[in-house]
Amino acid sequence: MHVDGKRVNACLTLAAAVDGRAVTTIEGLARSGDLQPVQQAFIDHDALQCGYCTPGQIMSAVACIREGHARTREQIREWMSGNICRCSAYPQIVVAVEDAAQRGG
Amino acid sequence: MTAGRERAAFLAGGTEILNWMRLGIAAPDRVIDITRVEELRFIRADGDRISVGALSTLNEIGEHAVVVRDCPVLAQACLKAASAQIRNSATVGGNILQKARCAYFRVEGDPPWPCNKRQPGSGCAALSGENRHHAIFGWSEACVATQPSDPAVALAALDAEIHVRGSNGARVIPAYEFHRLPGDDPGRDNVLEPGALITHSDIPRASDARRSFYLKVRERESYEYATVSVAAVVNGKAGRITAARIALGSVAHKPWRLTVAEKAMAGARLDAREIDAALAPAFADARPLAHNAFKIELARRAAVRALLEAGAVQ
Repeated sequence: MHVDGKRVNACLTLAAAVDGRAVTTIEGLARSGDLQPVQQAFIDHDALQCGYCTPGQIMSAVACIREGHARTREQIREWMSGNICRCSAYPQIVVAVEDAAQRGG
Repeated sequence: MTAGRERAAFLAGGTEILNWMRLGIAAPDRVIDITRVEELRFIRADGDRISVGALSTLNEIGEHAVVVRDCPVLAQACLKAASAQIRNSATVGGNILQKARCAYFRVEGDPPWPCNKRQPGSGCAALSGENRHHAIFGWSEACVATQPSDPAVALAALDAEIHVRGSNGARVIPAYEFHRLPGDDPGRDNVLEPGALITHSDIPRASDARRSFYLKVRERESYEYATVSVAAVVNGKAGRITAARIALGSVAHKPWRLTVAEKAMAGARLDAREIDAALAPAFADARPLAHNAFKIELARRAAVRALLEAGAVQ
């Protein structure tokens, strides 16, 4: 999730500690029914299998692109690491993030 | 962090203490959130020092232009820690207060085996158990765990000073004396008194700190703790080392300065053979456990490489 625009691990964040801060989860990404470009790229590139890690991957990717850490595939792999995908959809995830970044994420 | 009130604890990034609470390593009855104490969140470059507030996150330090330029070893150590998301929460103060990654220690609930860190006097299961990732320097029969912080290793090599404040007032602790060896009291990881708080670290802006490098050797290239790590700072002239500072990580219960080798390093040519020869005496007192003798050779080779990399910085 994003706290004040920065990506953090929800599982390591107490709700009380973000009182008054801006919190965005995957549910808050699409605007009036239009998917955010990273969401669309994950669909276009089939960047998921079971879908369990997908919300975290997408939230992380949106911030990763905004930070300027998605300029090359190597950089995407490093700065997206920590988002584990047990189905191992990593090649498609990297392509989806790269595509979204090139479209201005 | 441990706050003064019995069983109260400070919460900064939360990425470590929440794990302690989940595992049963800590059971505070009050958690004091200090993340909005803005006075502890800064990075300032004033003249002869860089001052880093304890609440600065690992990403803030790792991507700070002055830190990257003037003491790259610290920026690299911060960015090689954890993952991008964790580094947005994790503070440098909390990072150096993290506890051992020993699997016998980090078990959920009451450990079904001896662990002196969890149950003083019960023994150390790692001493005769799986100890591939454990200490090769300074361990005791009571504990063979290592300190896993990456920034702590860089701060030790940079001769940084850690400023703390508690009910007895403020004091300054050299970074390489902040953590302690286990001895017969492995429950204490560092010299911070109960209730005290790290406020900031001061890093001398020595000219040689620009020529510095952090090498982290691990089983996976990202999002993994070090098997061994090296922070190297090199002062050189005409292809020769005039002075060097070297700290190893994940080899002891504290960042391990190679002070003997640092002295031997002065005058050595900046090449692998002469550096390795100067390092030799520092490894003479390494004591491997059953499964980690490989770390001695690995750490020595890593130190050679880190020194060469540091010396090559223009």
